[in-house]
Amino acid sequence: MNDTFDLRIGESHIEVHKFYGGTILLTVIIAVIAQSFFPVYISKAGILDLPLLITIYFGLSRRNPSTGLLLGTFIGLLQDSLSKTPLGLFGIAKTIIGYLASSIGARLDTEHPAARFALTAAFFVVHQAIVVLVQKLLLAQSQPLFTMKLLVATLVNSILAVFLYFLLDRLRKS
Amino acid sequence: MVALPSRHRSLFLLGGVVLLQVLLLAIQIKTVESADGSKSRLIRVWSVSAVSPFERSGAWGIGRVRDAWRHYFALSDTARENESLRRENGQLKLEVMQLQGKSAEADRLAALLNFKQKQAKVPMVVARVIGSNADANSAVIYLDQGQHEGIKKNMGVITPEGVVGKVIESYRDTCQVLLLTDRDSGVGAMIANSRIQSPVGGMGEPLLNMKYVGNDDEVKVGDRVVTSGMDRIFPKDLPVGVVSDVKPGNSFKQIRVRPSASLEKLEEVIVLLTTDPLSLKPDAPIAGNAAASPASPSQPAAQPISGLTNSKPAEKHP
Repeated sequence: MNDTFDLRIGESHIEVHKFYGGTILLTVIIAVIAQSFFPVYISKAGILDLPLLITIYFGLSRRNPSTGLLLGTFIGLLQDSLSKTPLGLFGIAKTIIGYLASSIGARLDTEHPAARFALTAAFFVVHQAIVVLVQKLLLAQSQPLFTMKLLVATLVNSILAVFLYFLLDRLRKS
Repeated sequence: MVALPSRHRSLFLLGGVVLLQVLLLAIQIKTVESADGSKSRLIRVWSVSAVSPFERSGAWGIGRVRDAWRHYFALSDTARENESLRRENGQLKLEVMQLQGKSAEADRLAALLNFKQKQAKVPMVVARVIGSNADANSAVIYLDQGQHEGIKKNMGVITPEGVVGKVIESYRDTCQVLLLTDRDSGVGAMIANSRIQSPVGGMGEPLLNMKYVGNDDEVKVGDRVVTSGMDRIFPKDLPVGVVSDVKPGNSFKQIRVRPSASLEKLEEVIVLLTTDPLSLKPDAPIAGNAAASPASPSQPAAQPISGLTNSKPAEKHP
């Protein structure tokens, strides 16, 4: 759990990172609490999606689809439980994002800031699309798929992710 | 058990986790579905939505099979039912024909009665045709009235459409009528508009022949031919027919006249019970006088007699 080891796929050489015990759980709880806490004082902070960034980060770092999707499920359900949305809305979205991030992280080098920015932006949009889709199909709630706010949120969260992921890298064992 | 590859395992895990959360959503969410406004759980809506297409397809398939069975295989009773319905249809058709015949007969009798009431001073009797000629060379009919009703030889016979013929023999309860189309028949007639007089006789065919109209006289197809009263059998201005063909001849025109009365479809006729010259009442003149010649009301036309039949035109012979 505390070691870093290599994952070889074909001829590529991708490193799988490990974290200190309790680091992931603590990070997740802090992110979720911050997500529900910041907007109370900073209304503009509502544009952030810290649980999603955490899901993406640990998915890309752990590079295990099973643990990635389970982590996404946990974070999503926790976020749902702290919001007025029904349990499962963000759970489904983050489960899928966790799976995708882990799967892509196992194939690509995601350590470069540009790659992290691009991947975070892409996952953010996919996450939003899943949320809108679930709302429309399962909850009969119509939401626009693309808005200018989404574009801004995507950019802001992607920029934030570059710095956040840099800080989270400090928590790795190596 | 067969071990799944790690990648597939995670896919199954993803599907399972997502499905569980979808169910979790379904349990929580209620949506307005009922007509009375009550809410039902989303999972129930989904279940119904998921199952109903199969139910609909099943019902459609069963319906098709049932229809196929009923329409193509289970026909043992259908043949009997079809035969029964066919017989019933035939009986109904026969009844309809009888009713139509009775209705037409009632109309004709009503017209005759109306005419008789309007011409109360004209002695006449309504008779039913009970027979026709026994040979092909003559045009004769038999009526159900005879001497008992005052019918005598040479009395005129008409219908609401026009002249029919004259009585050639009278018996106690029946009489024999020579139709206009017979070769030996004839009636004093004239062209309604030009007042050109000439007898009209039969030729043993459906059309009549107007015999003595000079080549210099103007006669056109469509001119109406009426009785002239000169034969002292028929009153003046009864419709005889319509000119259907005009050709120049050696001395006289060859004029063909289509009879106004439906001589081949006679069922009831009127026998004029006098051989004296008759005149119709002014309020019931020969119809078409005004129409025939508005500028000269005195000139009649060969149209159905007013009060006799104005609901349907006279049927024409071919």
